[in-house]
Amino acid sequence: MTSVLEPTISVSQVRHRYGDREALAGVDLQVRPGRIYALLGPNGSGKTTLFRLISTLMPLQSGSIQVDGIDVAKDPMGVRAAIGIVFQSPSLDKNLTVDENIACQGALYGIAGRTLQARRDEVLSTVGLTDRRSELCKSLSGGMKRRVELAKGMLHQPRVLLLDEPSTGLDPAARLDLWEALTGMAKDGMTILLTTHLLEEADKADELAIMAEGKIIASGSPEEMRRELGDGLITVISQDASETERIVRDEMGLEVQRVQQQIRIRCHSPAELIPSLAARLGDSATTITLGRPSLEDVFIAKTGHRFWAAERDAVGVGQ
Amino acid sequence: MSISTEKNSPGRPSGWAAAWMLARREWTRFFRQKNRVVSAIVQPLLFWLLFGTGLRGSFQGAGEQGFLEYFLPGTVALIVLFTAIFATISVIEDRREGFMQAVLVAPVGRLPVLAGKVLGGAAIAWVQAIAFLLLAYAFGTVPLGWSVVPLLVMLAIMGLAMCSLGMIVAWPMESTQGFHAIMMLGLMPMWLLSGAFFPIPALGGDATWGQAGLHWVMRCNPLSYTLAEVRHLLYPTVDFGAAGWAPSSVMAWSVSIVFLIATFSLAAYLMRGSRKADLVV
Repeated sequence: MTSVLEPTISVSQVRHRYGDREALAGVDLQVRPGRIYALLGPNGSGKTTLFRLISTLMPLQSGSIQVDGIDVAKDPMGVRAAIGIVFQSPSLDKNLTVDENIACQGALYGIAGRTLQARRDEVLSTVGLTDRRSELCKSLSGGMKRRVELAKGMLHQPRVLLLDEPSTGLDPAARLDLWEALTGMAKDGMTILLTTHLLEEADKADELAIMAEGKIIASGSPEEMRRELGDGLITVISQDASETERIVRDEMGLEVQRVQQQIRIRCHSPAELIPSLAARLGDSATTITLGRPSLEDVFIAKTGHRFWAAERDAVGVGQ
Repeated sequence: MSISTEKNSPGRPSGWAAAWMLARREWTRFFRQKNRVVSAIVQPLLFWLLFGTGLRGSFQGAGEQGFLEYFLPGTVALIVLFTAIFATISVIEDRREGFMQAVLVAPVGRLPVLAGKVLGGAAIAWVQAIAFLLLAYAFGTVPLGWSVVPLLVMLAIMGLAMCSLGMIVAWPMESTQGFHAIMMLGLMPMWLLSGAFFPIPALGGDATWGQAGLHWVMRCNPLSYTLAEVRHLLYPTVDFGAAGWAPSSVMAWSVSIVFLIATFSLAAYLMRGSRKADLVV
């Protein structure tokens, strides 16, 4: 049993290889109880591998993972009983009704009879599907199927809920509903770990880790991460990016980062800097914009890539 | 919205409850697919009537049996085989459609998954075979007697063994196309060479080399023993040893039970542990 101070999920020095390709290159991660923790990363960054290792779908190659105080390598069945999993791809039997699907899940987790009925009523009302419970799953919309998945994952009252890309296939309204449900569960003490490649989704989590190329390159609360980058971020787009980069870095002595045709400047007092930048660059700058740093900026600052470009590269290399 | 997470999660679930639920799921799914119910019984029935009638004149079996009578146990075996195959082939669909991934991460292990599929599939096969036999009894094609009790037990053993065999084939497969290939190359010949279609030639003075070869191939086929006993229990008064080779009842029961244990154990062995096939990407 974990105390409040101990992390519910603790990952240390985990490495994983698929043949010659290293998918995880030494990952450390700690998730405290009752938090919503997001693993953010482009496709191919290793987050799904990490998810599979934590959920005991794949055997651990090196390092250690503990979930709710149980070692994944020593007692995978114990871990399985403590976690609820919501997969990215559907795991429903489409030829069964919502009720029957949940009953199947109950049998797999040792819930039957009255307990099953009570729990099933509770989870179905949580996900708002009480009135659709006797319909076949194939007649439900994508968003509703997702909610049935969520209901399955929470049925046995796991202390830890793992969700792989939970927003996939959901419309904006359904995403909001999902987050409302997750926030409610976390408030009641459930620890939630989810993977996502959506920046705006990771922004809603209590804490997040950004993954790229099998490593965690930054972690903390979304607010902390942005604060690290300063109060403001100035982006300059100009006709001659190299020349602009030279001027800003060498003549003005500012720290810059170049991403394709954009020059990004981090600073703490952007209001004072913009007039002098505009005067110095003159007409060569097409646009100068000032924004609060976003998670994408954090990603760019740490990797030098744009988020989507990293995704394309990873996919190009092959998984 | 409130979810109580303070309560402890339930302890380790029972494997039997999980197996039972998975078996019931097979059952529910089967009866929701009406075409499966119909085809599993109509196809063998057509086979039986067409071959039985067409080959009537050119066949002379033991105890003055015509081909319609002789082919009846073979038809029952065909029903069991087809139904078992279609029940176990669903494991490939379960994996592709994602249902299996939720089952494989449940804290019950693999044995209930196997037991559930085999029990569910065998129960369907058994009931289909009984439905067909009821027709045969109703039309008076076979005499009804006490031997129907051990017959039902033997049919259950056959169903369980065929489903275990189906799981051995289906579990490592990634597509149903592969299963069809194995079915045509392995399972259909196994049925044809079990004495279902023609008697096992006896080894005697006038047996040719070809007949001797066929004799031994068919004698090595475990299904031959199960089928021989089914035939014997359907027609207890006929001496099948008179028109070909027939094993003794003790031998037939022993081989059938050992075959069931062997196929189930092999399936359990193949399904153990984490395999690449578990991952649904």
